[in-house]
Amino acid sequence: MRIGTACAAVAAVLTVLAAMPAAAAEVKVGIDNFTFSPKVMTVKAGTTVTWTNNDDIPHTVADPGKFKSKALDTGDTYSFTFTTPGSYSYFCSLHPHMTGTIVVEAATGSNDAQ
Amino acid sequence: MTAHDHDHGPSRRKVLECMTWAGTGVLWTVAGGVPTALGLIDEAAAQETKGFTFLQISDSHMGFDKPANPNAKGTLEEAIARVKAIPGNPAFMIHTGDISHLSKPSEFDDAEKIISQARLDVHYVPGEHDLLDDEQGKLYRERYGRGTKGPGYYSFDANGVHFIGLVNVVDLKGGGLGNLGHEQLEWLEDDVKGRSASQPVVVFAHIPLWTVYPQWGWGTDDGAQALGYLKRFGSVTVLNGHIHQVMQKVEGNVTFHTARSTAFPQPAPGTAPSPGPMKVADDRLRTMLGVASVTFKQNEQRLAIVDTPLKA
Repeated sequence: MRIGTACAAVAAVLTVLAAMPAAAAEVKVGIDNFTFSPKVMTVKAGTTVTWTNNDDIPHTVADPGKFKSKALDTGDTYSFTFTTPGSYSYFCSLHPHMTGTIVVEAATGSNDAQ
Repeated sequence: MTAHDHDHGPSRRKVLECMTWAGTGVLWTVAGGVPTALGLIDEAAAQETKGFTFLQISDSHMGFDKPANPNAKGTLEEAIARVKAIPGNPAFMIHTGDISHLSKPSEFDDAEKIISQARLDVHYVPGEHDLLDDEQGKLYRERYGRGTKGPGYYSFDANGVHFIGLVNVVDLKGGGLGNLGHEQLEWLEDDVKGRSASQPVVVFAHIPLWTVYPQWGWGTDDGAQALGYLKRFGSVTVLNGHIHQVMQKVEGNVTFHTARSTAFPQPAPGTAPSPGPMKVADDRLRTMLGVASVTFKQNEQRLAIVDTPLKA
């Protein structure tokens, strides 16, 4: 009985999510163990990406000349809205071996994290 | 790997002994023109030091309060208490960066209050954690940058030894390692030009100038170029921090050494998912912040590490 109720609730949530317009998309990137996760993400133009630092060490999110966060302490977040299609290679300016990419496509269809 | 490996025999003078204590720093002495790590600090105090002595502390991370060590301030205080207890007269200390955790004025204030209790001149270089303010190091340069160039590099002479403090934590490139940059390298080349090759040189910077573990960013992209300018010198000692553990390597006339942190340990290269602060059991943390010695026997090319608890 409980399982059936839970399944119905999940199905309802999925239905709502599927109906949401892609233009309002917000996606999240985690920073865990000195790694951006997912490392590569493809989004539609207009998407806001929010990074959350889950490490015990501060990190930044930077693509020089395009966007750069302040130092994010544990639990801090940084958001940037990508309006222009293209490939954005970013890194942590404190630990530059940490790299990630946001691929921004023209604003049609749905978001797809890789 | 144990205390039993220590050589207390008559060949001591020929032995380069480097004892390090995670919570303190490394005691260096220069005898006969060659910097020798005597160790930290109780052991060093027990030794008959001749010549010129200085200390290295690193990675104080004032403001760090995460599980790996909720009391980084306390362990720095303990470290400085140890420094104060050293008999003899160390000439000064060097601090190889990450004084603060988040470059906050209060963190620099705390560091200053505690470190000044040692009553020694301190020569600093910044770590990446010291340059996090909006103006990328303004606070650091105001406090520690007087007389330095660019982001804070400089040199000075003491007792016949040429000391060079480098900054390799600025303008880091995506996918890269530590970075000195063209301007600083030119300055370095000029700084050592014309100096006698017999003058001992000590170089200190935050991130290791040699490649320790690039997968974790532990190295400096243009470190080899800097070391190239120092090739002709008969004695070069490179002191770094950043990796919160002792590592030592000898390559020709160059001795590389990294100091432990006074704040928290980090894992050995490749032994954890990331180089982040290593949480260990409370009783083990004390052990790790106790005394550790690294003994390098020049003739045998052997490195021995001896750990002794902070409190017996």
